[in-house]
Amino acid sequence: MKTSLICGLAGALSLAAMPALAEVESTDPIKLTLHDWTGQLLTTNLMGEVLKKAGYNIDYVQADYIAQFAGLKTGDLHVAMEIWETTGREAMDEATGTGNVQNLGETGMQAIEEWWYPSYMKETCPGLPDWKALNECAEAFSTAETAPMGRYLGGPVTWGGFDDERVEALEMDFEVVHAGTDAALFAELESAYQREAPIVLWVYAPHWAPTKFDGEFVEFPAYTSECYSDPAWGSNPDMAYDCGKPRGPIWKVAWSGVEDKWPGAHAIIKAFNIDNQEMGDMVAKVDLESEKLEDVVANWMTTNESRWQEWIK
Amino acid sequence: MIQKAGRLFSRTSIVWFALLLITWLLSTYSRDMSKALEAKWITRFPAGWRLSLKNDISAAMKWLVEEADFGLFTFREATRGLAWLIEQPYNLVLSVLSSGFMEGQGSGAVQILPPLSWIAVTAIVIAAGHFAKDWKLALLMGLAFLYLAVFGQWDSAMVTLASIIIAVPFGVAGGLLLGIAAYRWNWFDQALKPILDLMQTIPVFAYLVPILFLFGFGPVSALVATIIYAMPPMVRITTLALRAVPDEIGDFGVMSGCTQRQLMWKVLVPTAKPDLMVGVNQVIMLSLNMVIIASMIGAGGLGFDVLASLRRLDIGAGLEAGIAIVVLAVALDRLSQAFAQPRQSGEERRRSESFLKRYPRTLFVLVLSIACLAAGYFFAFIQSYPEALQVTTGTFWDELVKSININYFDDLEAVKSFMLSTFMLPVKRFLGGIPWAWGWFLIAAAGWYFGGWRLSLLCALLAFFVIANGLWAKAMVTVYLCGVSVVIATIIGIPIGLFSALNERADRIVGVIIDTLQTLPSFVYLIPVVMLFRVGDFSAMIAVVLYALAPAIRYAAHGIKTVDPQLIEAGIVSGCTKRQLLWRIRAPLALPEIMLGINQTIMLALSMLVITALVGTRDLGQEVYIALTKADIGRGIVAGLAIAAIAIIADRMIAASAKSMRKRYGLA
Repeated sequence: MKTSLICGLAGALSLAAMPALAEVESTDPIKLTLHDWTGQLLTTNLMGEVLKKAGYNIDYVQADYIAQFAGLKTGDLHVAMEIWETTGREAMDEATGTGNVQNLGETGMQAIEEWWYPSYMKETCPGLPDWKALNECAEAFSTAETAPMGRYLGGPVTWGGFDDERVEALEMDFEVVHAGTDAALFAELESAYQREAPIVLWVYAPHWAPTKFDGEFVEFPAYTSECYSDPAWGSNPDMAYDCGKPRGPIWKVAWSGVEDKWPGAHAIIKAFNIDNQEMGDMVAKVDLESEKLEDVVANWMTTNESRWQEWIK
Repeated sequence: MIQKAGRLFSRTSIVWFALLLITWLLSTYSRDMSKALEAKWITRFPAGWRLSLKNDISAAMKWLVEEADFGLFTFREATRGLAWLIEQPYNLVLSVLSSGFMEGQGSGAVQILPPLSWIAVTAIVIAAGHFAKDWKLALLMGLAFLYLAVFGQWDSAMVTLASIIIAVPFGVAGGLLLGIAAYRWNWFDQALKPILDLMQTIPVFAYLVPILFLFGFGPVSALVATIIYAMPPMVRITTLALRAVPDEIGDFGVMSGCTQRQLMWKVLVPTAKPDLMVGVNQVIMLSLNMVIIASMIGAGGLGFDVLASLRRLDIGAGLEAGIAIVVLAVALDRLSQAFAQPRQSGEERRRSESFLKRYPRTLFVLVLSIACLAAGYFFAFIQSYPEALQVTTGTFWDELVKSININYFDDLEAVKSFMLSTFMLPVKRFLGGIPWAWGWFLIAAAGWYFGGWRLSLLCALLAFFVIANGLWAKAMVTVYLCGVSVVIATIIGIPIGLFSALNERADRIVGVIIDTLQTLPSFVYLIPVVMLFRVGDFSAMIAVVLYALAPAIRYAAHGIKTVDPQLIEAGIVSGCTKRQLLWRIRAPLALPEIMLGINQTIMLALSMLVITALVGTRDLGQEVYIALTKADIGRGIVAGLAIAAIAIIADRMIAASAKSMRKRYGLA
């Protein structure tokens, strides 16, 4: 008796707490995918909060970065907030090619991926960040296994990036060692940084690492598409890849059905825009200062109200 | 007789020595040879002869997912239907334990009933512990779940527990049915065996993507993968247990007029129950092993916490979540083992007694749960453990690794360089240089030596599969990494096993350590290992050794313990010293058991290789991992099958040699 009374009471309470939904095309939940890095979780949660403010019903689904395209094509999943030009382009083109997936434009963030070194390396190698200077002091970066060649810690082979080709084309005295995951990659950086030991490795932004560790990206000859496709371009006449890595936008993609089912949400997602600096700060708050992700998102929502109000108009 | 045996032995040893010499020569000079003769086929399997299995499998999968149609429904609809069936009980359990009962969908959903409070769940497991055995177990259960609450792991742990609660019954029921079918029909048993071998040896990563495509995104796919991974031991144990039921009992059932169905379910299965519970226990442990991998495809829970905290290099948080998995595993393991023991019949209840007297624990738990539910509306700390009282070891672990890193890195580096240059790299070069054709011949020859032409044929076919798919080089790296790790694990493990078999106290301590090593997700220690030893083969080797050590220790200890006491007695009577007892009697007689331990060590090492790909190795494990991240189904399955092929070759050869050894010592 007592419990049923309390249940009833609770029911009434929760009914009152239910947010009043504005008029939207469909109250079916829009499924946004979550991956396993903080930046993506932040972007997706921001998008989710904004859509909620506009009255949409949303749902978060954990999905693999590449495998999710199978779900986006069939409409099992609806929106993916971060497809990086640098790592997801191929899969994205394949998916948009079928007509079942749409590219909803840039998030406003630019993906940077490049060779990176901690600032203290400038003492041993004063010419940095120029890549030629880096090559001059290759031996300073060597370890027992690679000596006399320098050791460059590349990303997992799945990230591509053509580092093996780059080293060959620019005739650099470096050996490329591939880490298996980005956790392993940054574990080595953390270890070297603690000891102030020499290291040069693949770092990408937006990420917490460039915020936490003091350092710079190496400057290679700037990327152009000819550099990757035409061997004649650049310092090495016989080989492509004699330049740095492309920098490119991070894209938003969605199942094509979103446009028909939730046209309003479709427009809001298209309008969503945020930049590297903002994102880097938020990622640092979550990963380095152990603030709760929800709090960081809520904080952004209150300080940027005028911005997202503009998107949901 | 002895003389003859001696001569025979020396002749085979000459043959082996010659083979080794040729192998060494080929391994060292084949590259130069292929260059001098301009015959690339010596070192590389010609591309034109390669099987296009990769693409065929991918195409077949695409057809299955997108087109396959059985008339009434498509294949995809069938698997989605199955997913729906699994999802319903899962959602129910998840609601009870973690999310509460919701009305509506997505963010519009409203909670109408909260989940069980942490006090209620803890009370339930304590009651279960008391019911299954005694107050001691109840205390253990209580402490385990208290750890989860106090260390702030509660919410994730309940998600993980919910998936275990669903995966285990499915795994057990499926395993039981398949096992019974194999017991009843011999042809089914024969057909099932190779499938079980594959299920146990193909790395889970290889079939994650197809499962995702077929069962959709979310926890159900993770559950399906867990069930596939955890079921095989249950099938095997069921068949064995039913076969072990004494004929008399079966005959008795037949005489009293049982139908076949009654005979199975009323006579054979209940008799085999203690053995079957061992299988249940295995299913629980394997399901918990899958927690990390399942979280990669959306299971959430503790596995996700481990991965996420290690991504931001928060070693302390990763370890706490990892220990939570160990705690959960130990609690469930002890509980299931307690259920496996036959209880005293003093628990028999008479119908005349009141409900309260018959079911005191159930009633107590029910009342407490409802009371907590009610009180939870007024006092938040009753519903969920207060955040302010949570404990964390915080940055202690990070600081520990940091201080080791700063103070001892050079020493560790020296050890590493020594190991690499004197042992690991020479082995790598030797194995890597063996031309595929000669390697193929060697494998077939070894198969023939150990187990006759049947084994030789099997090994040759399996090796051909690897070669013909162009994976010979990667397979040799796999064999190198796995082989080196197994040798080191054996060198460390067997002495510990011998010692703990002869020393009761050491045995208990070692037991706790290897239990922890086996259930602690390897990713937890993989990251500190990388910080101290850098990315590379050495880090991978350490991780593999840590994981694969357990069976080497366990089987060695078990082998020594089960040596016939009469033989030891005989040794003592004939005046053996303690040392002689160990080396002349115990160790040789335990050898077949130790061989099985090595076999298990190899299996675990191979299964671990996929995980070490996460820190960067260039073997078949990496191939599987690349396929996973690129969602390339065919590539993943082919590489997975190649790993399975290596595992099966090793398994069959060792089993055959253990058998002949047993014959030699008259144990068979």
